[in-house]
Amino acid sequence: MPAEIPADSVGIVTPQQIDFPGPVQLASGRALAPVRIVYETYGTLNAARSNAVLICHALSGHHHAAGYHSLADDKPGWWDYYIGPGKPIDTNRFFVVSLNNIGGCHGSTGPTSTNPDTGRPWGPDFPRLRVRDWVKTQAMLMDALGIDVWAAVVGGSLGGMQAMRWCVDYPERLRHCVVIASAMKLTAQNLAFNEIARQAITSDPDFHDGRYLEHDTAPRKGLAIARMVGHVTYLSGDAMGQKFGRDLRRGTFEPGTEATIEFQVGSYLRYQGETFSDRFDANTYLLMTQALDYFDLARDFNDNPAQAFAKTGSRFLVISFTTDWRFSPERSREIANALLRAGKAVTYAEIDSEYGHDAFLIPIERYRQVFGTYMHSIEV
Amino acid sequence: MRIDLDILQQWIEPRSRVLDLGCGGGTLLAELAARKQVTGYGLEIDHAKISQCIAKRVSVIEQNLDEGLQNFDSGSFDTVVMSQTLQAVRYPHRVLDEMLRIGRECIVSFPNFGHWRCRYHLVLRGHMPVSEFLPYTWYDTPNIHFCTIADFEDFCREHGIRILNRRYVTAGRDDDRLSVAWPNMLAEMAIYRLTR
Repeated sequence: MPAEIPADSVGIVTPQQIDFPGPVQLASGRALAPVRIVYETYGTLNAARSNAVLICHALSGHHHAAGYHSLADDKPGWWDYYIGPGKPIDTNRFFVVSLNNIGGCHGSTGPTSTNPDTGRPWGPDFPRLRVRDWVKTQAMLMDALGIDVWAAVVGGSLGGMQAMRWCVDYPERLRHCVVIASAMKLTAQNLAFNEIARQAITSDPDFHDGRYLEHDTAPRKGLAIARMVGHVTYLSGDAMGQKFGRDLRRGTFEPGTEATIEFQVGSYLRYQGETFSDRFDANTYLLMTQALDYFDLARDFNDNPAQAFAKTGSRFLVISFTTDWRFSPERSREIANALLRAGKAVTYAEIDSEYGHDAFLIPIERYRQVFGTYMHSIEV
Repeated sequence: MRIDLDILQQWIEPRSRVLDLGCGGGTLLAELAARKQVTGYGLEIDHAKISQCIAKRVSVIEQNLDEGLQNFDSGSFDTVVMSQTLQAVRYPHRVLDEMLRIGRECIVSFPNFGHWRCRYHLVLRGHMPVSEFLPYTWYDTPNIHFCTIADFEDFCREHGIRILNRRYVTAGRDDDRLSVAWPNMLAEMAIYRLTR
């Protein structure tokens, strides 16, 4: 719990929700109805409605990006370092919209919602989603809020993919696109890690073909392992080494003992996995990783990403982090190069950081400066 | 604006595509965007200068010239500019080659190490020159490949590079009679417009 709300915090925020009767036509060919979207807003929409910024969340994110829900919260929203008065996404200037994507498990329609046809949870029957479905439903929310054009669409990781997708599907509806630690498609290595994560979930005896809610249980072990694998890929080897080294939590290397040893790093990962299992839905995890796997910005454009960006009037900021091996700087340079070829205004910065992929969530001075300077240069 | 940047702007067509290698704080590209609606990109590695570019809404790519320019397609720019940076790159000949591949035309400005004041420092005083244009001490300088105007002219001839224009700057003045008459001795800075 914060002793008091910091001056540069958006303060206490209350999630809102909006219901669309649907049906919403999805890329899979199926339709979804009804659709509820849970979201938060920070700052004030100006009279010209020209200062709205959309935050797109990553794999395990949600609508609560900044501020506190109550004074009892021990932590603020997931991107609180970067959203608030005077912060890079300055709520004194911008009206910030942050939502939980459909398929999520934090209030928006997803696998834990009730399937109106059966009266039971959607579970594994929830339609498969693609990044473009999220963008489409984000545009529905945008229309409902009376916003014609985003001043900026901003996202890290999977969120960056949504931001890029905006430029393809609604090329005139955003003025700036900020893509952080992202990629135009996953590598084979990325796909491999996601497959391990899904196998961990689906092979858990409590998975019940995805109908675990109807069995009043959940594949907690499987989801925890999936998260552990994911977590390793979000950190750099050096960061892990510095944080844990080979420190023991239990046991000893002394000869003449047989007691099991436990490393600090193992205990940390297990804790991360278990707490994640408490708050996240396994079907959502499967669905989000599949959307990630499926994403390939240039697939519909003869694998030419410059062509994918051709129509947009947006300007771009692309940021990568040196030790990110999940979405390496090379992936971000590919984005910048495609934008160069397309003749779009693009700034690319490579931030020195030891924190791996997670760097995009962490306070880093140069990152803050580049991001903040860019956001400040946006006219509202 | 630095005088060489002022001069080289005259050689850049309105609404053309310009790549500025070592673009600094983005002064040139911001000017070109405002005055000539140029679509410009700058390459820079200095963090503070990159931020200055961003504040000016100049497109800047964090990229080290010494690690190559393979990500730029041949003929993809009308003009590739490199002002006061030639002497600071690891392989000037490779960078010039790349510039001529990427751009239809190239503009290069560099300090003339043949200027009489440099010669005076070196020959009479026996010290590496330090001046307004070359303000660095020998042990702490980004400049590792100095050349004279005569060297550069030789280089262009030997490498089949066509010189479209040349301008000389002395004491902040563009093309005064003396520096045109004997550039290698009297010009402090040279600005060349090149093509293949």
